[in-house]
Amino acid sequence: MSRIGKIARRSFLIGSVAIVGGVAFGAYKINQPAPNPLKPLTGQTALNPFILIDAEGVTLIAPRAEMGQGVHTTWAALIAEELDVALEDVRVLHGPAGKAYYNSAMMGEALPGKGYDTSAFQHSLGEAMGSIGKLVDLQLTGGSSSMKDGFVRMRETGAAARETLKQAAANRLGISRDQLKTENGSVIAPDGSSLTYSELAEDAAGITPPDVTLRDPSQWRYLGKSTPRIDVVGKSTGTAQFGIDTRLPGMKFAALRANPRLGGGMKGFDASAAETMPGVEKVVDLGNAVAVVANNTWLAQQALDMVEIDWEDAPYPPETDQLFDAIARSFDEKPNSSMRDDGDAETLPEGATELTVEYRVPYLAHATMEPMNATALHDGITLDVWCGNQDPIFQQKKCAELAGVEQENVRIHTTLMGGGFGRRAELDFASYATLLATQMKGTPVQLTWSREEDMRHDFYRPGAIGRFRGAIKDGRAVLLDGQIAAQSVMGQSLKRYAGISPMGPDKVHVEGAFNQPYGIPNYRIRGYLTDLAVPVGSWRSVGNSHNAFFHETFIDELAHAAGRDPLVFRIELMQGVHAPSVGCLEAVREMSGWTGKTPDGVGRGVAFTYSFGTPVAEVIEVVDEDGTIRIRKAWIACDVGTALDPSIIEAQMESGLIYGLSAACFGEITFAGGEVEQFNFPDYDALRLHNTPEIETRILETNRYLGGVGEPGTPPSMPALGNALFDLTGKRARTLPLSKEFDLLA
Amino acid sequence: MSTSLKINGKTHDVDLPEDVPLLWVLRDEIGLTGTKYGCGVAACGACTVHIGDTAVRSCQVALGDVWDDVTTIEGLGTPETMAVIQSAWVEHQVAQCGYCQSGQIMQAAALLAENDSPTDEDIDLAMQGNLCRCGTYPRIRAAIHAASAKMKEV
Repeated sequence: MSRIGKIARRSFLIGSVAIVGGVAFGAYKINQPAPNPLKPLTGQTALNPFILIDAEGVTLIAPRAEMGQGVHTTWAALIAEELDVALEDVRVLHGPAGKAYYNSAMMGEALPGKGYDTSAFQHSLGEAMGSIGKLVDLQLTGGSSSMKDGFVRMRETGAAARETLKQAAANRLGISRDQLKTENGSVIAPDGSSLTYSELAEDAAGITPPDVTLRDPSQWRYLGKSTPRIDVVGKSTGTAQFGIDTRLPGMKFAALRANPRLGGGMKGFDASAAETMPGVEKVVDLGNAVAVVANNTWLAQQALDMVEIDWEDAPYPPETDQLFDAIARSFDEKPNSSMRDDGDAETLPEGATELTVEYRVPYLAHATMEPMNATALHDGITLDVWCGNQDPIFQQKKCAELAGVEQENVRIHTTLMGGGFGRRAELDFASYATLLATQMKGTPVQLTWSREEDMRHDFYRPGAIGRFRGAIKDGRAVLLDGQIAAQSVMGQSLKRYAGISPMGPDKVHVEGAFNQPYGIPNYRIRGYLTDLAVPVGSWRSVGNSHNAFFHETFIDELAHAAGRDPLVFRIELMQGVHAPSVGCLEAVREMSGWTGKTPDGVGRGVAFTYSFGTPVAEVIEVVDEDGTIRIRKAWIACDVGTALDPSIIEAQMESGLIYGLSAACFGEITFAGGEVEQFNFPDYDALRLHNTPEIETRILETNRYLGGVGEPGTPPSMPALGNALFDLTGKRARTLPLSKEFDLLA
Repeated sequence: MSTSLKINGKTHDVDLPEDVPLLWVLRDEIGLTGTKYGCGVAACGACTVHIGDTAVRSCQVALGDVWDDVTTIEGLGTPETMAVIQSAWVEHQVAQCGYCQSGQIMQAAALLAENDSPTDEDIDLAMQGNLCRCGTYPRIRAAIHAASAKMKEV
């Protein structure tokens, strides 16, 4: 009962009942406020797209995907801080698809600057660019952008709503608004009597919000402190609801098999053996995939194994070596970008020593703990889709197109996500469920991918090659000339999400290399795009995930070639360029007691990456235990500008590091016959509790602007480990994963 | 033919083939969705439940082979009355995406039932079959130590 009750309760947000309220507050940096997507039932009032009040209390809408990064807690805290509600008393929901929920920070990131050198003018320009997000339906969680997006907007939203509630109380009591105070969801009169927000909401909805002034950080109750996560009890008691936990009356369970030669079609299939298997209800042709519908997911999976399917070939060279040959050939073409070209990178400075190195990193899977899945119900007119996703409007549009219904008749119910890392921005899981539901009108159906299906049908982090040439003179780097070749993530994904074919320089392709705060006089980074049809997508930190390994391993190689301490070498190159970045390196130096020297059997490496507005330095220590190498310790220092929730930031930094180290140690997707050769976790393992290092994190707050936290911990982890292994063994890691060349504790 | 199972103290008659894994009986038939599907091959531990006092991967135990009473995460404690180990998980703010945590907690509960003072090495050994892609391991370790201390107080 309680589960169905919850779903029914949530449905008020997207039900087709009359719109009440819908007052748009002067909180958005846009001229025309987007329509309020909340459609409250009688007795409920939407004060704005983010605040809904009924007799039971206050519900806050946090339209950013909660995939573990803690965004719901801090997003709610931003509103609650000014609204004066107790966080433990509010409910927080993802809300429906709606233009009002556009991401104002992501478009700003698309500006060509390096980030760390942003002037106040460029910062404003970025904010102005953000409003374009509304036009392109950018209700997207990604790019470590949520807090940059919500920091001012959500506090203004909370403050504006608070003032209208006070005005409603003032009108009722016949006194002026400035005589009233607010506290824990109530307006307090001078005589100590109070009116709850629930009592005032309906009146408040008709009041135009006055201008508001945000509270000084010294008055903050929630922000700047570690707040208990609002989802932590549910996630510790098995009561948190993920997409895969959706249960509807009469729901059927289905399993999926799509062409393992990715993007290839289906010639035909024979389902006669499967149709007679226990529990099976039907076998459905989804065009380029087959679904078996049963009364149990496992029975559906068993029957699916009995379906004989004739697949077409892959639309790309079928072997890994051929793919990397194609990537290498891209260097012969014209570069797509030269996002950095300082000084003269063509000429070797006089008296300098030259170094040229090639690096290679593999394709990688996201491998979220919760396999891809979606649940759908098509009643002939409307389509309901339940799934964890990072972009509800894109999902809504795609599902509408596939189901042949109007976009406004598609209701996307965004659930908690068992991991995202970029994977849940894709549209395939909701698409397949929609295609299936369209052939089963009136019956809700949950389509769950097996782990094998998930692993072998990803949008992979592209395999990449970096060719780096540099030179040192008098102990300093005087030349760094990097070339990066890979498939373009943005080129593919923007086309999938929004039908946009981006042109011009691909910034994401070279991020983590072109925008690092080193003062090297001759400094050039060029990007080369490889045209291949292997599905690629955003993988935690995207371009930074390969470029940081190239760039920071190369900086380390230059330091060693110059006979210098690699940490001091970096600090010297950054002096006068970006003080917060220097601060991060100084912090890990102090935390780790870095001396530049390690005893026999111990190795240490350092790396640094500025990404998503946040500089992060990491030191990794490895030890040789009778021939097996253990990653023993890690130190992280990041500068986020303003630390909105230190506990969540620490968790994200640790998480980013472990995700990166997992890939660096063991992660590799390879192809044979056009099919991915990895099926399940035994073929694509990650760090586990016993081989995860002890981690110490320091959060600094000197950076001028708020930085992201979900991704920046990942990029420097991989080169820091490689650099530590060099210190331990004298062998330079130039390809990943490291377990191929080093005997790492598995 | 129906099979009778006792889960979290309650008896259920299940009408499914005997080779259906306990995981899928719990999730799709009984509606106890706290136990998660992660890999289906006992490589991630997300589906960990207790049969009797033993932590098992429910994706590997066929319905017909369940030999004793079953406890799932829902039977360990509820949001209102959490078990000591669950309270420690909350206190240490362990969960990120949270998907693997039911399995982590069930595995840790079985460890503490057998050994009320686990060392770091004991924890390494007991918990290495449980995968967490968010990397909550440092807080898992801290929460197990805290729960151990708390259990000894009582």
